[in-house]
Order: sequence, then structure tokens, then C-alpha cells
Amino acid sequence: MKITGAQALIKALEMEGTEVVFGLPGGCILPAYDPLLDSPIRHILVRHEQGAGHMAEGYAHVTGRPGVVMVTSGPAATNMVTPLMDAYMDSIPMVCITGQVSTKAIGTDAFQECDTVGITRSCTKHNELVMTAQDLPMAIRQAFHIATTGRQGPTLVDVPKDVLTGTMEWYWPTDQEVIDSLPGYRPTTKGHGRMIKEAAKLIMASERPVIYAGGGILRGRAAEPLRELAELTDIHVVTTLMARGAFPDDHPLCLGMPGMHGNATAVTSMQKSDLLITLGARFDDRITGRLDGFAPEAKVIHVDIDPAEQGKVRRPDVPIVGDCKYVIEELVRTIRTMKEAGEEQADTSAWKSKISGWREQFPLTYEASEPGAALKPQFCLEQLRDLSPKDTILVSGVGQHQMWSSQYWNFTEPYTWVNSGGLGTMGFSVPAAIGAKVGRPDRTVWAVDGDGCFQMTAQELVTAAVERIPVKVAILNNSYLGMVRQWQEMFYEERYSEVYLSPELPDFVKWAEAMGCVGIRVDSPEEVQPAIDKANSIDDRPVVIDFRVDAREKVFPMVPAGASNDELILPHFQNKDFLK
Amino acid sequence: MSTDLPTYHILSVLVQNRPGVLARVSGLFARRDYNIYSLAVAPAEDPGFSRITIVVDVESTPLEQITKQLFKLIEVVKITELDPRNSVERELLLATVRVSPEMRGQVIELVNVFEGKILAVGVEAVTVSLDGYPAKLDDFEDLLAGYGLVELQRTGRVALPKFARDARLRAVPNPNNGKAG
Repeated sequence: MKITGAQALIKALEMEGTEVVFGLPGGCILPAYDPLLDSPIRHILVRHEQGAGHMAEGYAHVTGRPGVVMVTSGPAATNMVTPLMDAYMDSIPMVCITGQVSTKAIGTDAFQECDTVGITRSCTKHNELVMTAQDLPMAIRQAFHIATTGRQGPTLVDVPKDVLTGTMEWYWPTDQEVIDSLPGYRPTTKGHGRMIKEAAKLIMASERPVIYAGGGILRGRAAEPLRELAELTDIHVVTTLMARGAFPDDHPLCLGMPGMHGNATAVTSMQKSDLLITLGARFDDRITGRLDGFAPEAKVIHVDIDPAEQGKVRRPDVPIVGDCKYVIEELVRTIRTMKEAGEEQADTSAWKSKISGWREQFPLTYEASEPGAALKPQFCLEQLRDLSPKDTILVSGVGQHQMWSSQYWNFTEPYTWVNSGGLGTMGFSVPAAIGAKVGRPDRTVWAVDGDGCFQMTAQELVTAAVERIPVKVAILNNSYLGMVRQWQEMFYEERYSEVYLSPELPDFVKWAEAMGCVGIRVDSPEEVQPAIDKANSIDDRPVVIDFRVDAREKVFPMVPAGASNDELILPHFQNKDFLK
Repeated sequence: MSTDLPTYHILSVLVQNRPGVLARVSGLFARRDYNIYSLAVAPAEDPGFSRITIVVDVESTPLEQITKQLFKLIEVVKITELDPRNSVERELLLATVRVSPEMRGQVIELVNVFEGKILAVGVEAVTVSLDGYPAKLDDFEDLLAGYGLVELQRTGRVALPKFARDARLRAVPNPNNGKAG
């Protein structure tokens, strides 16, 4: 059957199970938008290509399926660079289709031509320029295969216009043909049996163990085995920024988030541990602080699907390359067998009582505002948490509001937290929330944003309003680039340089209304609950709440950049001596 | 200039012969701040694949991390670290030397001693070639420099494991014998 390259492209996306494409048409990709009209695939027309990328990420975060983006050449492709890099850093599966000038025009600096595969080479797991229509189905299959297997990530397929208009004989490569076409790509999924036994022995012998759970738990669908492992061994779990929700916050063994703005117990338990059971985490600098001072007495078990993570930052005592789910299940089986054979786990009771002492002494807390004083951002988050459905999906931008969201929310199930971890992309939350809502229309989706972040990508709320995607946005508006302000206050002698935005511009309520959303402004604590209740009751359009919060509020605890985790700064009313 | 410092390693990298592969490899080295000392690439025995011989400076970065990152490139099929003691290495040097007719005999003698070739002779210059072990080329280059080098081009080394009883082909350690995810 002869069809056009454009028809083959859309058909290939359908065959891969694509239900939604986020995109924006233009010159070179135009031919692909015609067969899209006849396809069951839903297309979400964005207002800026970066928005399409973050929507695809949000969709992938909550569904586990790859987010699909289709945009044109040149500026559209360069606008995709940020979300591609974001997805690459956080190992989010995404397939991006870009238009390209005709094969004959490539290299001539044609209108809207850019070297898309060159530009995106270092921000994709793999990319490919397709030169004939006949190659399209295989290129699409490879892109999905690579994006969704091994360490997941974004892939890009660059399709020249004449490849879309050319004809081809339709075929659909088999799984085996796809694998054979990629002789250099064989992800390791099964962990090494002997290493798993070694790890089990270390776990059984450890007196101060901590499970250090990272985003790989979520990408590897391993939340259930993680819970089994923690309960079987009675070991506490810290969940990194990328792993919030991978282990329930209300579980007695959950210590919450470690790292630069982690809570004192999570940070200190890692510091003083004798065994870090690292599962799908990568010793990011925001976790370790100054590396030579990080967890100095700990042995390290490191489970990661990416061999290059082993020993990249911290040399593991037991490296296990493999899929988190498989390896943790094997670990559970091995430890269970050891226990059944009468082997005793080392006594961890002293360690556990130490941890519970820290937890009691150092809860995450803030000073509530005096009556009539400015609204506290943490209070807004607590109210939002308590007044929204338990299974709400929370999406955040990047900055203070992101840290408070991670700290004060109560994540009880996986895939309810979406944020930009590795790249730290301001403007992530509004489009990512839209993508999350498209993926999980049954859930309430709240974006928590800063006023700085919001102004970077707010235009996508027009997309949400037009497409009837009723997301909710809580702006924690302190009129500042808050995290930068915090650093300038603490480390630059309060010399505030270019961080003050504006208290009255823009008018977020009017802006929200102009975009087809409901806009609500909240200035005082007593207005918080009614505003949230109203927002939660609206289900036919997006809602934006402009919370006017205290600009002086800072995120604590904090490990200053470049400092050791032992130099954790606590709020002034907590006494650090107890941590020693 | 010596190419035999112990901080250099030779990697023989088998890649799929596809557009952009070299850019991926060199881009990876640039992006992660690894130093390439020399790089030579040409189609392998199967035209679907190319073999890249990379001499890397591993003073700053452990070889292990470099090979692991290289493995993550989808088109990289196999990486072999070649032990210089158990591999054959060759490099080609082309040089144009400024030399007056009176001195030309000395240069020709030098070329003969090194078993090189005279490729072209002009009134004031000769172009010569020499292939061999890179250290030999270093010596030759130093001696030619005394006459005045107009232009010099070296290919960078290519290498294969020795085909001998005691040859050791050391596969790069890869704990699970698998590929990068």
C-alpha cells in the first residue's frame, strides 16, 4: 500500500499507541497536520513550543507513557531545546517530531532551517534526521523504543518536508527488526545475581541503614517493591525531590526529602548512616552537598539502570546495574530467604531511636503570621494540601515555592508530584500541569507556581481554557524572584540585585480572566480557605489564585551551596546541637 | 613531544557507520571535558560499521567514566581498550621541509635512515612521508624541524590488538556485560 510520508508518520504514531500530541504547526511540518485531521489522535494546540514540551513531560510523569510533541523547523525546534534538556535531566520519556526544510535545501540556510539534530544532540538520548519516507516507520519505532527503555529520556525525529510529501510502501517493523537495527543498544535490566546477594548481606549487617530512593523508583514502576523492602527490613526511606510520592509520606518509615532544602532528619540520617541503599538515585550535588563531607561513614549500594551513574560521583561498594523493580524484587526475595533460614538482621534499635529523636526535635515548621501580618506561603500550601482531594496531582515550578511544595505536601501515592528537578526550569509548572491533567483527567491537578515562574509560560492557560483542561494554579506571589532573593539576603549581605519584580504588575486576576480562567486574589489568611474551596469546586475552566505572600519568608532548612551537609542551617528557633 | 606517557589510553571503538556518529563521539568528549589526544576514523571490515581509534588523555578523568559515557551513545557497538604493549600501532606523517639544494642530500639521507619516502622535490623544499610507530614519527619530526618545517600533517594513530599467542585483548570492564541504558 503506497501512502505519503505524512500519512506514514501519523499512522506510526497511532501504532505506537499515541493518544495525544502536543504541538504547533508551521511551514515544514504542514504536510503532517493534514492526515492528523483524520486521525483519532488528540492534538493540543499550544501557544509556544516550549509549552508543548513541558506538557508532554507532565503527561509522561503521571502516565508513564511517552509524551509526544510535534512542531515545525527552525525556531520551533530551538524552542524545544529547554523541555528536551529538562526531560533528559529527569529521565522523562518523550518523543519529539520536528519538521525540517526539504532534503535538497538542507545546508543552504533556507527559511526556518536550523541544524536541529546538531542542536539537540546533547539534550536528547538519541536523535535522527530521516532522509526518505521509506525510513519513517523504523525511525519512529526506534525513537519510542529508545525513549521508553533503559534509562528513559527524550528522543527526536527530524523530518524534512519532502520526506512528508514523498510516498512510501507502508510497513511496520517487528520488535526484533527494531532491536536488530540498533546493535549498540542493549540496556541491562536484570541485576547481577552475585551483586544482589552482596547487597543483601550488607543490608542484613548494617546498624545504621538508610534507603536513598530516587526518581528511578518512579521511572522503573518500583514503588511497590520499595515498600516491601523497607517493611521487610524495617529501614527508613528518604525520597529525593524526584522521588516524592515513591514512598508514602504518612508511612512511619518515611523520612521525606533530603538535600539542600531537605528536612533535618532526612539530611542527618544520610550523613550519619553506615549504609546508603541507593535505589535509582544519582548522588546529585543538591543531595550530597560538599562531596568529600557527604555520608563519610557510609558504605554504598547503588542500583541504577545506567551503568555510567555507577562511580560517577560516589564510588559504590556494591554496584548493581539494572531495572529498579527487578533488582528490588530480587533483593526482597534474597533477604526473605536469608531471614527464613534463620539469619538475624543487625540490631538497628539504637539508630531508630536516634532518628525518632531527630524527627521529634526537628519537624518542618515555620513561624505562623501574627494576626494582620503578611500571609505565609507555607500556610497557603498546608491549606491547599488539606482542602484538596488526597490524590491530587501537584505540579510545581522552580524556586522557593517548589521547595515548600515538596516539604509541606503529603504525598501518599506515586505519580502525584511533577516538577523540574535536574534542569530547574522556571516556567515548568503551568504547561506541565496541563499535560498532567490531559494524562489524568480524573484527578485534580494543582500547579503551585511563583510569580516569576508564572510570567514565563502563563500563556499556556489560554491553551488550557480553549481545550477545556481545567487545571488550577496557585501563585505564591511575593513580588520577588524569591530563591535568588533568599541567597542575596543570606550570602550577599542583603544586597538585592535585580530580584524585585513588581507588587502590582501584572494584575494576575485580570490576566487570568483575559485568558479565560477564573482569577482570585488572596491577601489575608482568612481568605485562603474560601478561595481554595471555590477553586476546587470549579471544573469547567482553569482557575488562578494569586496568593500575596510574605516576601521575607525563606526556605529552611538549608545547606549552603558548596557546604557540607553537616553545616545545615535551621530556622532560628530550632537548636542544632541536638543533631550531633 | 612524546605520545607514550602512561596517562594516555588507546580506545578502539566500533560504531555504526551512520551520519553524525563522529559528531556524537567528539561532542561527548567536549561536553564532558575529556581530552582527545588523537582520533582516527574509517570504515571497518563490515562497511556498515566504522572503527574509531581514540587516544585519550585520562589524567583528569578516569577511563572508566569515559567508556561508560561512550557506551551510552546508541551507535557505539563495542569498545576495546588496547594495551600498548600488546597491540600494533601505526601512524602516517607527511611533511614539507624547507631545504636548499646543497642541504637536500642530508634530508634524503635522514629519510632513508628512517625508511621513509620522498614524495616530491622542489628547488627549495621536499615533501616526505613516513609511517610507523608513533614514537618513531616523533623522532623523525624533531630531526626534520631542524631544517625548517613548512607544513606537517600526522594522521593520529590507528591500532589493532596483536595477533599473537600472548596478545591480550582486554575488553573494557562492564559489570553486567551489557549496554548503557
